[in-house]
Amino acid sequence: MTAALETQGLGRRYGSQWALQGCTLEIPRGTVTALVGPNGAGKTTLLRLAVGLTRPSAGSVRVLGLDPREQAAEALPRVGFLAQEHPLYGGFTVDEMLRVGRKLNPSWDDEAARQRIDELDLPLGKKVRALSGGQRAQVALTLALAKRPELLLLDEPVASLDPLARREFLQSVVEAVAEHELTVILSSHILADLERVCDHLVILAHGRTQLVGSIDEIVASHRLLTGPRDEAEDVSRLHEVVRETHAERQTTLLVRANGHVYDAQWTVHELDLEEIVLAYLGQDAARRREAVPS
Amino acid sequence: MALIEFHLDSRSGVPTYLQLVQQVRHAVQLGILRPGDQLPTVKEVVTSLTINPNTVLKAYGALESEGIAEGRRGQGTFVTSSAPSPLGDDVSKLRRSLRNWFGQARAAGLDEQAIDALLSEQRGSARARRVA
Repeated sequence: MTAALETQGLGRRYGSQWALQGCTLEIPRGTVTALVGPNGAGKTTLLRLAVGLTRPSAGSVRVLGLDPREQAAEALPRVGFLAQEHPLYGGFTVDEMLRVGRKLNPSWDDEAARQRIDELDLPLGKKVRALSGGQRAQVALTLALAKRPELLLLDEPVASLDPLARREFLQSVVEAVAEHELTVILSSHILADLERVCDHLVILAHGRTQLVGSIDEIVASHRLLTGPRDEAEDVSRLHEVVRETHAERQTTLLVRANGHVYDAQWTVHELDLEEIVLAYLGQDAARRREAVPS
Repeated sequence: MALIEFHLDSRSGVPTYLQLVQQVRHAVQLGILRPGDQLPTVKEVVTSLTINPNTVLKAYGALESEGIAEGRRGQGTFVTSSAPSPLGDDVSKLRRSLRNWFGQARAAGLDEQAIDALLSEQRGSARARRVA
């Protein structure tokens, strides 16, 4: 089966500035992927390229095997996209929003949408602008799910929500994944809430992908090594060093290991996902510092 | 309603799927789950813990390959008849003496960490004796 999202050397330039550059990745179907990176990393650009809202300046992008611009009529009904601000018409009631959704989407599942609204205790007659942030997010998600997408893209879906609303929103997302064959890609500048919900990870920083893969594989392959400073070079010949710090006699290396690390000289520690992500984001910051002439 | 309810310790460092596996194993060993009992459905676990459905599938897959659980098409996942039998009455004496031991450890002023250290030390030396 074709990938849910596939990019080859994908890039988008605004003026002389690359918002996204040389992005090559493949997201398998049926997965929940976290797209993580600081603000301005290119997350929104990547998602907008995936739904054809933005035209690539370089490379190519395919969703569900289709070009989102050239084959929009075929691709877009199968893709749901929830932009950062949960765009809804403030002056419409929840009921009116549902009726608009039904008119605009040929594959609309009205029964499921109304059942969700009912289960979440959302008032049908209330104007959207009078709802809480969490309720608005749930209405927007209901609309996105009611078109029965095969791929759902969520741009910073929980950033503006309080912890409880955040949890409820993510719960709705994973329930939808459990019920339907749905692939989800959600972006966030923090990983904390997403770790349990996602099984794949893409780290973006400054328009470039830093790391792509399944979370299990990522956690299994990264290790923290501490050992003698003068042996650090031998390690870096075998394994990819993500971050290194030196004390007078000791060196600490965070590596992406090629196979097992066997060496009596080095103490090996396991890492949790958050530490790994921070190392990649920090590595990027360090690289930029080096690039700036002093 | 599900027969057991999973809970997660996010600070334990144990992967989520493994925590689910361990909790089923314990429930079987303690006789809370018996052969033929149904494990919580994927949807139930996903809803109660807000976790990725694939994590639950991975845990149930691991339990199947251990022979503790079996998937029945369209019905769910069930505890097999070949699952390890629960700890019998003969352990009740052990359980009592362990309870006493914990009481004594607390009375001696040992904290969780000291107790854990003692337990893993003894477990290690018991293992070494068995090998020797």
